[in-house]
Amino acid sequence: MAAGAAPGAAAELRGRGVTVQEPVTAADPRLGGIIKLAVLAVGGQGGGVLTGWIEDLARANGYAAQATSVAGVAQRTGATVYYVEMCPVTDRAPVFSLMPAAGDVDVLIAAEMMEAGRAILRGFVTPDRTTLVASTHRALAVSEKMVPGDGIASSDEVRAAAEVAARRIVMADFEAIAGANGSVISASLFGGLAASGALPFPREAFEAAIRAGGKGIEGSLRAFGAAYEAALAAPLAVEAPAVQPAIGAGPTHLRGEWERLLARVRRMPEPVAEMAGAGLRKVVDFQDLRYGAEYLDRLEAIVARDDAGRGHLLSREVAKHLANAMAYDDVIRVADLKTRDSRFRRIAGEMGAQEGRLLHLTEFMHPRAEEIVGLFPAPLGARLEGSARAMRLLGRVFARGRRLRTDRLPSFLLLHALGGLKDWRRRTLRHGREVAHREAWLALALGQQDYDLAVEVIRCRRLIKGYSDTHARGLSKFDRVLEALPLLKGRPDAAEWLRRLREAALKDEAGKALDDALRTVRSFA
Amino acid sequence: MAERSFKEEIAKLRLGEGETFTGEGILAITKALLENGVGYVGGYQGAPISHLMDVLADAEELLGELGVRYEANANEAAAAAMLAASVHYPIRGAVTFKGSVGVNVASDALANLASSGVTGGALVIVGEDYGEGSSIMQERTHAFAMKSQFWLLDPRPNLPCIVKAVGDGFELSEATNTPVMLMVRIRSCHVTGTFATKDNRRPTLSVRDALSAPRSDFARVVLPPMSFAHEQDKIRTRWPAAERFIRERGLNEVFGPKEAPVGIVVQGGHYNGLIRALQRLGLADIFGETQVPIYVLNVTYPLVASEFLEFCEGKGEVLVVEEGQPEFIEQMLSTHLYRAGSPVRLRGKDVFPMAGEYTGQVMLDAVGRFLREAAPKLLPAVALAPNAPGPVIPDLSKTVPIRPPGFCTGCPERPIFAAMKLVEKELGKHQISADIGCHLFASLPPFEIGGATMGYGLGPAANAAFDGGGERRPVSIIGDGGFWHNGLSSSFTNMAFNKSDGVAIVVDNYYSAATGGQDIMSSRAENPTKATKHPIAKALNGVGITWVRQVDRTYDVRRMRDVIREALTTDAKGPKVIVASSECMLNRQRREKPLRTQAIREGRRVEAPRFGVDEAVCTGDHACIRLSGCPSLSLKKLDDPLRDDPVASIDPSCVGCGNCGEVADAAVLCPSFYRADVVHNPAPWEARWAGWRARVIGWLQARRRARRLNFEGVA
Repeated sequence: MAAGAAPGAAAELRGRGVTVQEPVTAADPRLGGIIKLAVLAVGGQGGGVLTGWIEDLARANGYAAQATSVAGVAQRTGATVYYVEMCPVTDRAPVFSLMPAAGDVDVLIAAEMMEAGRAILRGFVTPDRTTLVASTHRALAVSEKMVPGDGIASSDEVRAAAEVAARRIVMADFEAIAGANGSVISASLFGGLAASGALPFPREAFEAAIRAGGKGIEGSLRAFGAAYEAALAAPLAVEAPAVQPAIGAGPTHLRGEWERLLARVRRMPEPVAEMAGAGLRKVVDFQDLRYGAEYLDRLEAIVARDDAGRGHLLSREVAKHLANAMAYDDVIRVADLKTRDSRFRRIAGEMGAQEGRLLHLTEFMHPRAEEIVGLFPAPLGARLEGSARAMRLLGRVFARGRRLRTDRLPSFLLLHALGGLKDWRRRTLRHGREVAHREAWLALALGQQDYDLAVEVIRCRRLIKGYSDTHARGLSKFDRVLEALPLLKGRPDAAEWLRRLREAALKDEAGKALDDALRTVRSFA
Repeated sequence: MAERSFKEEIAKLRLGEGETFTGEGILAITKALLENGVGYVGGYQGAPISHLMDVLADAEELLGELGVRYEANANEAAAAAMLAASVHYPIRGAVTFKGSVGVNVASDALANLASSGVTGGALVIVGEDYGEGSSIMQERTHAFAMKSQFWLLDPRPNLPCIVKAVGDGFELSEATNTPVMLMVRIRSCHVTGTFATKDNRRPTLSVRDALSAPRSDFARVVLPPMSFAHEQDKIRTRWPAAERFIRERGLNEVFGPKEAPVGIVVQGGHYNGLIRALQRLGLADIFGETQVPIYVLNVTYPLVASEFLEFCEGKGEVLVVEEGQPEFIEQMLSTHLYRAGSPVRLRGKDVFPMAGEYTGQVMLDAVGRFLREAAPKLLPAVALAPNAPGPVIPDLSKTVPIRPPGFCTGCPERPIFAAMKLVEKELGKHQISADIGCHLFASLPPFEIGGATMGYGLGPAANAAFDGGGERRPVSIIGDGGFWHNGLSSSFTNMAFNKSDGVAIVVDNYYSAATGGQDIMSSRAENPTKATKHPIAKALNGVGITWVRQVDRTYDVRRMRDVIREALTTDAKGPKVIVASSECMLNRQRREKPLRTQAIREGRRVEAPRFGVDEAVCTGDHACIRLSGCPSLSLKKLDDPLRDDPVASIDPSCVGCGNCGEVADAAVLCPSFYRADVVHNPAPWEARWAGWRARVIGWLQARRRARRLNFEGVA
């Protein structure tokens, strides 16, 4: 039986804290001779290469092997399955099956976390026999990415299910390991498979199979080795590094003022302070220290009135969403962010533009007349906006998107200058609008008798995001959700309903889910 | 052609007597054709038999040596029609296509061929695309064999059996003057294994030689009264001859003990799945040694009544394992038992599901139920007693998202549909019909464009009812593959002749991309044996369509959008056709990536583009994704407690096609996207100039940095 065939590796795994359950004897010895291995992958991941290696490995080590796959359109980024069966060569030909069956798989390789979930869902991972070798990285499905809010499926749920469903788990981010070693995931998964000890072949035999494959041998072997080590070492849960407190670097006088502001944050109740620290950093980065002080003034007033019995939840939410509201997305902010040296360095690093290579950077900007007018002083801007002719003219000038080469001087200087307009910002039409909107929103929230409802009104700020049309759509969703407030007034479940409305607004672009939810609210109000 | 080489495969086709072939099923079939003295081969690509066509296309030299003619047929109808060469001449011919859509297209030719009958062996290799991973309607090829009276082979799915079936098929065809269809399921096509090869054989009569000595016989022509004679001949002569041949040559197989209370009849293709179920029930070993008698139908049509009745003798109940619906085999076998007055009880779709794939679980459940009911004494105790309940595994059905196929990274079709979606935002939803091909993925989220597909090359024809026009024009989409397969006549001539007011978009990706990059008439590549480089626009002009717009770079979303808008709003009469051309990125990358790597290594100047997203600028609305769906455009969660929603992120698999930037621009989305072109091995003057610029920019950046607080290095 394969599972018990490499006791050394299993003991090693156990020694390093990886979940290893005791081997169980196969129910029927006549079946014990066949090892069944399935690979669940996303089309385009190179599952075919991995399957080829496994087949070659088996044949080179005295096993008869058969592989099958379902190629075709499933390979075009869809979920796809490869299947291998093997048993020691004898003078008679074994009868292998052409597809994996639920409850009958010894080794399941999942080339992505949700594919591991799919394998469990399909019954290919069972506690009596299955070694699960899975990559923890995510290749998000379109349905997860489309959602205007957060539609990402929970990897934790899959991991929890895997711990129940699998006999043994070997999990690591095999995609990252492959990338770090200049190779692809098939190589690192092969390393994970070798380390799992689920196949009765030594590490050298795996490496020989890679060499026999003949393509990209060096990179594959590097990724294989790294994955082998990582699989043996991998703790099951990787803790994300804690967020470091913000330490501003800069001129002394600014640092002094910054410290004073930070001290004010530290005096706040603990749950608020954490968020306020991040918020303060964001608004100071957006504008200046004075703006930061304004943020704290506003926040402190709310903290003072807040209920410690509720854990200062309202203040904490204000700390978060007020910062987002104050650091709105305008042309100045975008231009500033786009021209920072840290950004240039980061991109050069990510794109591999090291010594001897040049980096060209093209920005895709498409400010509309509205954004341009927003930059004007409030009275002039408002007058322009009122004139259809002026807007038409501006509209014509800004009808086309601009492609700005920020590695070149003309475009860089333009954006650099725009990014330096912070002192001007407070006078702009946009700023006035944002302040008015913000104050109305805060007043609406703080005017609620129902504490939970006030918190939910604050949280509705999440609906406002994006630029141009997207921004307008966000604003309209924000308005429509809050229009339901009078209908909910006085209901004990008002906060819960507002939360539902907001969640619905984040479900789809057109706001169909929100329409339905609003209809429900109207039906009982 | 997509510049892939099948050298290794072709070497395998040259193996001789006493050597061993190791590889995939579909390649084994190709080799078997050559070993059996085939005189001509042809077909039409499509999963799962594309590989056969690809290898043959690259094996011209070998085929030339053997005197075998290879034809890449325009469609399945053309392929089936090619078998006409075997009607009068004793030449073995084979064609291949996928079932059941290929058989649908070919049915006219197949019916005529079956009526005429053949002299040389005529073999149709059908890759049955049924079950998991299939891209077509779920139907059976079996019905075509029954209606036209040709024979259907369904061999056990291992290489020696499949290879043997090729030889048996030719001989059966010649012995009965009937075309034979060899059905291989999708997994059998891709199954790997080994078989002992034989020398390749030249055809006894080549097609060239046949042209020198033409033959004809009006008795073979499908016209009355001969057609009536053909029908009689099928039933009185060919069918009995087939039964005789099948029995004498032992094409069907019986395994297991002679005496048993029950037996199982199985389609050859499902033999391995059945054995696995019996293995798990403790009734078979890994070599297929079974305790339950099995009658394997390597020939599923015709069913030999005498052989079947002999198998049933002495048994109380017999189970039929037959995948798909209707249950043709079960019905036929029931009739045989009934006519023979047999008391044997036939089971089948009462324990098996009528529809759907026979997966391992389905097979185990159904065979287990049958045996528990019909012969409980056969089953070992373990199989009778239910297993102890295992641990409860959390239900992930709500967690795991579906993952249907979609456009690849950098696909040139994506911007076409992004543009279409933008136009629909302006002009409203339109009636859209689609065709077969990658573009059909646009009917899925995030685009959800197109609501129906009627078949290959039939996209515009499917809008014919709307040809008269209305408030909004009907739109149809068709690929270049579909265009040349059948679209030019069935769709475009139809549109032109009926003075359609509709709009058609031809997605031209330089070759038949979805099936693996086979050349077609409009391919841009030089092909020594095929006539390529015939523009689609020219063909459209040829059938009288004058409003044709050629877009040569589909990534230009703005232009795509404007052209589509123009087609939908112009006053021009007659069909409006847009030919949207850009090369398939999957195949292009396969070709260009190694070349680029080599160029960088050799010190030549190379610009490598890739897109990125400024995560601080992205607000997490994901509007860009709803106009893209690109695998490399994904999301990531930030470590920022202020941000609830994940932001867009582009991974290193980005090929820099440009769609992101174009869409951000055309849809006025947001300024988070940037393109980074890394210039490898820049020219010295270029590097100096860039260095000077970088110094000026760096000075400005440092100046500003020094005047403010910086929080860099903090998440």
